[in-house]
Amino acid sequence: MIGQEVAEDGTSGVQRVNLEYARRPDGTLHVALGGEWKLGGGLPAPQGVLEEIARPPHPQRVMLETSVLAGWDSGLLTFLLAVVSRCTELGVEVDRHGLPEGVKQLLALATAVPARHARRRATPKPFLARVGDAAIGWRNGWRDTLAFIGEAFVSLLGLLTGKARFRRSDLLRALQDCGAQSLGIVALINLLVGIILAFVGAIELRNFGAQIYVAHLVGIGMLRDIAPIMTGIIVTGRTGASFTAELATMEANQEIDALKTLGIPPMDFLVLPRLLALSLMMPLLCLYADLVGITGGLVVSASMLGISPVQYLEETKRAVGLNHLFLGLFMSFVFGVLVALTGCMRGIRSGRSASAVGEATTSAVVTGIVNIVVATAIITVISYVLGI
Amino acid sequence: MAYGDSVVIQDLNFSVNEREIFIIMGGSGSGKSTLLRHLIGLQEPARGTILYQGTSSGLWEMAPPERERLLRRFGVLYQGGALWSSMTLAENVALPLQEYAIADAEEISELSSLKLALVGLAGFEDYYPSEISGGMTKRAGLARAMALDPDIFFFDEPSAGLDPITSRRLDDLILDLRDSLGATIVVVTHELASIFTIGDNSVLLDGESKTAIASGNPKQLLAESSDPRVHAFLTRSRETGRG
Repeated sequence: MIGQEVAEDGTSGVQRVNLEYARRPDGTLHVALGGEWKLGGGLPAPQGVLEEIARPPHPQRVMLETSVLAGWDSGLLTFLLAVVSRCTELGVEVDRHGLPEGVKQLLALATAVPARHARRRATPKPFLARVGDAAIGWRNGWRDTLAFIGEAFVSLLGLLTGKARFRRSDLLRALQDCGAQSLGIVALINLLVGIILAFVGAIELRNFGAQIYVAHLVGIGMLRDIAPIMTGIIVTGRTGASFTAELATMEANQEIDALKTLGIPPMDFLVLPRLLALSLMMPLLCLYADLVGITGGLVVSASMLGISPVQYLEETKRAVGLNHLFLGLFMSFVFGVLVALTGCMRGIRSGRSASAVGEATTSAVVTGIVNIVVATAIITVISYVLGI
Repeated sequence: MAYGDSVVIQDLNFSVNEREIFIIMGGSGSGKSTLLRHLIGLQEPARGTILYQGTSSGLWEMAPPERERLLRRFGVLYQGGALWSSMTLAENVALPLQEYAIADAEEISELSSLKLALVGLAGFEDYYPSEISGGMTKRAGLARAMALDPDIFFFDEPSAGLDPITSRRLDDLILDLRDSLGATIVVVTHELASIFTIGDNSVLLDGESKTAIASGNPKQLLAESSDPRVHAFLTRSRETGRG
C-alpha cells in the first residue's frame, strides 16, 4: 500500500470516507474509494493520488474502484475529475469500470468538451498605456458628445424648416411628464429651501435689527440661483433619469434599431420631443419654484419675525428686479436643454443589457448635475461681468 | 466584420437570389446576428461590400439619402419583436406608413388592420405589446415589417422562444410571404426544423474559424457535405470531427 487517507466524523469519531491507493506489479495504480463521499464532511484532497500518478515512472493505467462506496455527491466528482484530468495530461489510461454508473456518466459529461486554454487573460497594461487609453477614451467621449449635440442641432433646424418628424402625442406626453407631474416635488423642495433660506438669514439679520431684509435675501436668492438650480437638480433626477432609462431600454430591446431600419431618425423621433418639452417646461417650473420659495420665506417672516405678509411682499417687490427673474429663467432654460441632451444621449448611446441601462441612468444623473453646476458657474461669472 | 479589434467573421462571400428563403445558420456566437446587422445597414463592415440588386454601389458606399431609400425596401423582424412599447399594435404598424405619408389617416388605419389580419392578429389593433404573448409579439413585428410592402425581409431568429406549434405556424407564414408576395427572405436561425422546412439556400457560419464553412440548400448540405462540422450541426450530432 502506498497511501491511505481516512476522514472521520469530528463529533462521533465514526470513519466516514476511505481512500487507498497502491501500485501493482503490472504498472496499474489502484485507487479505492469507500465510505460516504459527500461534501461538508472533510473529504481527502486529491494531491496524494495526483503526486503518485505524476511520480516517474508514470503508472500505465489508473484503476478507479468504488465497490465499498456508501454514498456520493459532487465531492466525489471533483476528486475524480482532478485524477482524470491529470491522467489525460500525462497520457495515462483511466479504467472507470469500477465507478457507479451515474458517476461514469457525469464524468463523461464533464470531460466531453476539452477546456479552452486559449482564454484571454487581461494582462495589466503599463502606466503610460493606461494614461493613453484614458486620454483616447476621453477624446472619443467628447467627440461623441459633440456629434450628438450637432445631430440634435440639425434636428432642431429640421423642426424649424418643417422637416423633422415626431408624433405630437409623444411631445404632449413629455410635456406632461416634465411639467404637471413634476409640480409636487418642485413645490415641496423649493418651499423648504425658501424656509431654510429665511431661517438662516433671520438668525443673522435679527442681530442688526435688519430682519426685513430676509425678503431681499429670499427673493434675490431664489430668483437668481436657488430656484433654477434646485429645479434643475430635481428634473435631472426625475425626468432626465426617466429619459435615459426609457431610451436605454428601447436600445436594449432593439426598438431604436427598428426605427433606424424604417428610416425614421431616432434623433427626430425620440430626442426632439423630449428636448423641446424639457426646455419649454423648465422656465415655467422655475417660475413656479420662485413663487413657492418666496412663499416659504413669507411663512417664516410672518411667523417668526413679526413681518406682515403685505410688508414682506412689498419689500420683495422693491428688492427683486426683472433682471433677476429673467436671469433665473434663462438659467433654467439652459438647464432644461442640458438635462434633456444628457439624458437622451446617455440613453441612446447605452449598451444592450439590463446593467447597461442602470449604468446609463447613473451616468445621466451624475453628468446632468455636474453640467448644471458648471453652467451655473459660467452664467454667474458672465452675469457679474455684464453687471446683470 | 469586427467590433473594434475583435474580428467576428472574415472572408465571407455569398449571394442571395431573388424570391428565395435564404438561411444564415450557425451556432451561438458564430456571428449570425452581427452579419444581419451589417446586411440591414445598422453596422458598417470593417472591410468589404454589401451589394443589393438595383443599386449602383455598395450599401455603405452610397450616399445616405440613397441608402435610406434602399432601407425602405427592407422589412426587418427583430429577435424580440422590438415593438415600440408605448404604442398599440396598430400604431406600431401605422408609424412607417405615416412617416412616408403613403396614405391618408383612414387608409393607414385600414392598412394596419389588414397587416395585422395577415399575421392572424385581427382585432388586436388596440392592444399594447406588453399585453400579448411572445408568439403574438413576433407576428405583430412581422406585420410591422410588412407595413411598407418591402422587397426583402430579414428575420432574426423568428422561432426563438416559441413553442414548436407556434414556431411551425410562423414558418408557414414565412413560406406564405414568399409565395404570395414574391419577397426575398433572409432568415437568421439555428432551429433545424425551420431550416429544413423553409430554407431554399443557406450559409453556415462557424464561430471557431470565423467564416462560412458551407453554403447551399440545407437538405443538400446534409446529404452531400463531407465536412463533419456541417454534418454535426445539421444532425445535432456531438461529433464535430475536431477529435
